[in-house]
Formats: sequence, C-alpha cells, structure tokens
Amino acid sequence: MSAMSNSNWSRRSLFRAAAGMAAAGTLAACGGNNGRGGSGGSGKNLVQYFHAYGEAGVEQAVKRYAKAYKDANVTTQWITGSQFEQKLFAALLTKNAPDVFEFHPQIQLVKSGQVADLTDIIEPVKDDFNPADIKSHTVDGKIYGVRMIDDPQFFFYRPSLFEKAKIEVPQTLEELVEAAAKLKTSKVKGAFLGNDLTPVQSPLIWSAGADTLTEDHKVAFNTDAVAEGLKQLRGLFTSGNLLLDAPADWWDPSAFTQGLTAIQWCGMWAMPAMQQALGDDIGIFPFPKVGSAGKQSVTNGGWSMFVNAKGDNVEAAKEYVKWLWIEQKQYQEDFATSYGFHIPPRTSIAQSATKLKSGLPAEGVKLFNEFGHFDNIGWTQAMISSINDVMANSVRKNGDPKAQLDAAEKKVDAELKKLFG
Amino acid sequence: MSTATPRKVAQPAPAEVATTRPRRGLRASSTFNFWLFTGPFLIGLVIFVFVPIVWSMYLSFFEARFTVTPSEFVGFANYKQILTDTDFRNSLVTFTVFAAFIVPATWALSLGLALLVNRLRFMRAFFRSVFFLPTACSYVAASLIWKMSIFNGVRFGLANTVLGWFGVENIAWLANPDPPWYWLVIVTVRLWLQSGFYMILFLAALQNIPQELYEAAAIDGAKPGWQTFRYITLPQLRATSTAVILLLLIAAYQAFDEFYNLLSKTTWGQPPLVELYKMALGENQNYGAGSAGAVVLTLLICVVTLLQGKFMGFGRGEESK
Repeated sequence: MSAMSNSNWSRRSLFRAAAGMAAAGTLAACGGNNGRGGSGGSGKNLVQYFHAYGEAGVEQAVKRYAKAYKDANVTTQWITGSQFEQKLFAALLTKNAPDVFEFHPQIQLVKSGQVADLTDIIEPVKDDFNPADIKSHTVDGKIYGVRMIDDPQFFFYRPSLFEKAKIEVPQTLEELVEAAAKLKTSKVKGAFLGNDLTPVQSPLIWSAGADTLTEDHKVAFNTDAVAEGLKQLRGLFTSGNLLLDAPADWWDPSAFTQGLTAIQWCGMWAMPAMQQALGDDIGIFPFPKVGSAGKQSVTNGGWSMFVNAKGDNVEAAKEYVKWLWIEQKQYQEDFATSYGFHIPPRTSIAQSATKLKSGLPAEGVKLFNEFGHFDNIGWTQAMISSINDVMANSVRKNGDPKAQLDAAEKKVDAELKKLFG
Repeated sequence: MSTATPRKVAQPAPAEVATTRPRRGLRASSTFNFWLFTGPFLIGLVIFVFVPIVWSMYLSFFEARFTVTPSEFVGFANYKQILTDTDFRNSLVTFTVFAAFIVPATWALSLGLALLVNRLRFMRAFFRSVFFLPTACSYVAASLIWKMSIFNGVRFGLANTVLGWFGVENIAWLANPDPPWYWLVIVTVRLWLQSGFYMILFLAALQNIPQELYEAAAIDGAKPGWQTFRYITLPQLRATSTAVILLLLIAAYQAFDEFYNLLSKTTWGQPPLVELYKMALGENQNYGAGSAGAVVLTLLICVVTLLQGKFMGFGRGEESK
C-alpha cells in the first residue's frame, strides 16, 4: 500500500483545502494595500499622490502635513520611479484614483473633466500668487490647480574649473559648446544635459527666440533658429565632450558633485546638496542664446495640486487642498525651502523666505524673474512627446532638424485641432 | 493448420458487485468535479483575459483618449492610424532584429549549458542552480543592474572600467544609437535571464534520449563528440527545440521590461509592446489607437506562431515525422 493511500487525502478533505485556499485568497485580497487606509479613523478618507522628491525629508514632511489635518484621514502614496505620469493617468481612470494629486497644468486634464475647478478656494488669495502661475492654471476664467512650488532650471558650473580653463560663462550656444570642449579632461566631461537631452528642449526653443505655442494655440517652435540650435547640439553630442549615460539623470546632482561633469543642467532644488558637496564652488547661468535673435532662458517648472473631479470626495479634497496649500503658510514655506530649494508661488512667502534672499539661491530667484518661462497649459504630454522625438531623431540620431520639426508640427497641429478645434 | 496447443488465456476476474449505495445527483457527477476545480480558474480567465480582450477590440473602434468608456465611434480609423504610423511599423522591425539575435543565441546558449551540465560528474546540482537562478530575477531589477552598474556610460561602469584597462574611451552604451551598442546591453540581459530556464527544458530532453542509441552508434563506429551530437542528440531534441524556439519567439514578441527600462525617450529600439504602451497607457493615453495596435499585434503573433508550427512541425506526432 502506498503511503499516499494511507494518508487523509480524501475527496472531501481536498475540497476543504481548496475552499480554505479560496477563502485565504479572498482575505488576502481584502487586506491588500490599496492606499486608502483603514476605516477606523474619523471623517473622510482621502488619498493623495506624490512623485518621489529626491531631497531627504520631503516624504516625511508631506506625511506630517497630512497627519496634521483633522477633518479627514489623508493617506499619501509616494510614487517612486520615473513613471509617475503614467501611473497617475492610469489610476485616474479607475475607482482607486487619488482624490488629490500633484502634477503640471495640462488642458487635457481639464477637457476630459478629470480635475476640479478650484477657483472658489483660490480667488480670495489670487493676488498673492505669482500671476504667471495663476495664468498657467486658468482655462476659460476658471482656475484648475494650486501651485505648490516653482522650480527654476538652469546650468550649474564650477567656477574653479572655468578659471583653470580660462573661460567665461557662456552667453551663446556656440560658447557653451566651446566651453565643454575646453573643460573636458580624461576624467571630467564638459557638460551634462540629461541622458536623453529632453530637459533642454524647451529652453533651446525659447533661447532661439521661439516658443512652444502661440497665445492663440498655434505651433511656434518650428523656426530656422531652432533647427540651427538642434544642429549645434548635435555637434556637442558627437564631440565626446558631453556626458552621456550617467547612472543618475539630470534632476539628481550626483554627476556634478561626483566630478563627472563641469557643467550640468539641473534644478534649483539641488542647490543644498550641491553646496554641501562643493561649498561655494558653484555658479549658475541660464540656457544661452541661440542665434542672433535669441535670448537666454530658464525653465520655470514646478508642481501643482489638483483635485480629482471624478472622485467620491471632491468637496472634502478641495477643503484639504485649501487647508494645506492656501491656509498653512508655514507648511508651504517649509516645503519650498527646508529640503531642496524651490520658489514659493505665494508672493508673501517668497518675500519672507530668508533662505532665498542671499547667495546662490538669490541668484536663482533673479534668473527665474529675468529669464523664466512658465508652464503653458495647452502644451500637453502628447506634444511634449513630439518634441522628445525631435531631440532623439535630430540630435541623437542625426536626422535633418528641419524635417523633424516639420514632422513634430504635424503631430502637434493634430493635437491642437482635437483640443481647440 | 497450426499444431500448437492453444495457450490457456487467463480470464479476467468478474467485477465485484458494488455493495455501497450508488451516489446520485451533482456530487456523483464527474462534471461537477470538473467545474469545481476548473471553474474558479475559468472565471479568472474570463474576467482578466477574455473580457479585456473583448473590451480592447471594442475600444479599437472608438475615439478613446483619456477614457476607457468612450462614446465616439470611429470605425477603422484607429486601425488606419496604427498601420500608417511609422513608429509602430519601426517597432515591428525592432522586434524582427531582436528576435533574429535573441532566438538563436538563447537556443544555442541554453543547449550548450544543458550539454555541459548533463556531462558533469561533480557539483551537478550546484551548477544547475547557478545557471537556473537568474530566471528568478525580475527583468526590471536585472535591467537596472545592467543600466546603472555594468553598462552605464561613465568611467566607473563595469564595462567601461574593463575597456579602460585597454585604453578604450568610455562608451555611451544606451544614450547613443550610433553605433547601436544598446543591442549588446539588451541581448545580454535577456540571455542572462532566460537561458537557465531553457537549459532545464533541454536537460530534461537530453535525459530522455535512450542510451542504447549512443551504444549502437559506438558499435557502428561513430566518433563521440560532434558526430554523435550531429546525428543522434540534435535529431532527438527536435521536438524540444521546436517548442523552445516557439516559446522564445513569443517571448521576443512580448519583450517589454528591459526595453522600457533601458531605453527611455528614444525613437529607436522600441518593440511593439513598448510602442503600444506609450500610445495607450503612457503619456498619450490613446486607448483607441493602442487597442487597435494590440489587435493587429495579436493577429500577427497568431499567424507567425501557426506558420512556425507548420514549418517546424510543432505538435505533430512521432509517426508523421
């Protein structure tokens, strides 16, 4: 007799085991972390999505603010990795969509009814916000998001290396290409513009005297000057003076602080980490002029808070956003200046933020005010992807810049027609 | 007329008369047992596979941007868009190049490893485990190790460090498509990840080859080594090889993780799934066009699989060989 037949494996016990496993599976599914917290707390449950900020302490700060809110249980989903946009967009189509989320102003979100009108909570303090930020969140007179931080992006450089190479701060793209050549050594590359070069695509357009879109929603990037700038970037890309394939991308200061590059395109948020690593040996300059008609430019990025218009708790979510990003000025200042450096979009906070009043941060604020370009709510992800393709095909792959810009114009035109008719 | 005495054939014992009461109703039915055990899985299959497929086919006929419950019927417009989209067509070229590299390379490497491990006389389990272990590693994790530690473009990346010893300048493995070094990164990571699994399949097949064949060949004067491999081992592995090639081809069609994680914001090196992901689930959120692409890709995989099965004889019985 086999050992098996001596065991208790009857059909009935098998059925019991299967039922038990099914029950266990169901229980496990119930216990899954859906980010909505338990139901034992008081008030409503709200979920907020944040992308992972690189600076130490931001996550804890965001959760601390959420905990201080008494009218709802606010759970934070801290989304790591570089696919925040994709995760957010996918989640917004489901029942598990966040009630509150950070993102950039995009008309597509408004047109598809995914973000709630926040005019009523912003209107009383509208005049205290940077007017450009209000404009970039407004569609047909309604304001669809609250700006949390402004993030100027520019070039960081090591003045000591510039002095050693006997070069001045570049004023034109040609000078930047020459500087990268002179700064390159066997261990240090001349410049780092990001692994895929896409962070400088908008500044290149602005610095060539063009724009992404016109005020009346027409393509404005397809100019000869932009094509010329792309050609110059192609020269830099193939020169061997550009840092490519760095382990950490442009938003992280590692390549600069580890001495892999002498110049890096990055954001003001990285200043504290850079200052800690390199002391005072840091300077900044805007994206240089492209062509004779161009003007230096700075990207004024940033993040804004939106309310999911299709969520179950729209009013409660609006109340939370109002409480945190309009009423709690001390949290807003803490968020903007205690970890990385950002510029508070509220004028009153920006003026009182002592950390931004002197030294390198003050210089960053100056460049922001003088050369900054703000978000255009009509410039959608699909349009950004089209320009990503231009950078990939003309700068990294040696395609004809004008032909690539023409192809992008067609795609962006099609998008504009869908959005604005 | 046969003179042989007919042998007495043993008669089967009469079946015992069932003494227990016959079971009635559903519990007695083997159909009930069938549904009991397959039902939950079938429900899962319907909910998570068939419904999405049907829904995807439905979406492919609608304008579905930023929504999966669209209302604007557009007929075959999404199919027209996807079939005239150069990025999608290029993705099929990328797949073809990838499959041309990865299928024969994995087949050869896994077969080589299986032959090696099969002949080992000591530490067999150790080596089998060592070669099989990468199969347990996630594609995403492996891709990040390849990207950030081995094949990054800076001087302290492993590959560049080794090249540096020979005076070779740092190579941007992934950022520069000219020369297309990214293929080396992508092919090596997948080879490392999947060869162990196919090695196990070949190992099982090798152990099923009757030893008598080799003994007979030796008596006939066949030299061990290439000759026996060419005329005995390889033909005996035909069925396994066909299955392995089929699985490799399907896996190549489904390539996503390593391409997605290694090549960001490129217009090259994008296989169909990455292209469709970018179109539907990525930043564009165009579920209509993405679904049309998925339907086209599914049909393509079916056709290729059937053709491959026809040419290589997958599923054909021994007698028809």
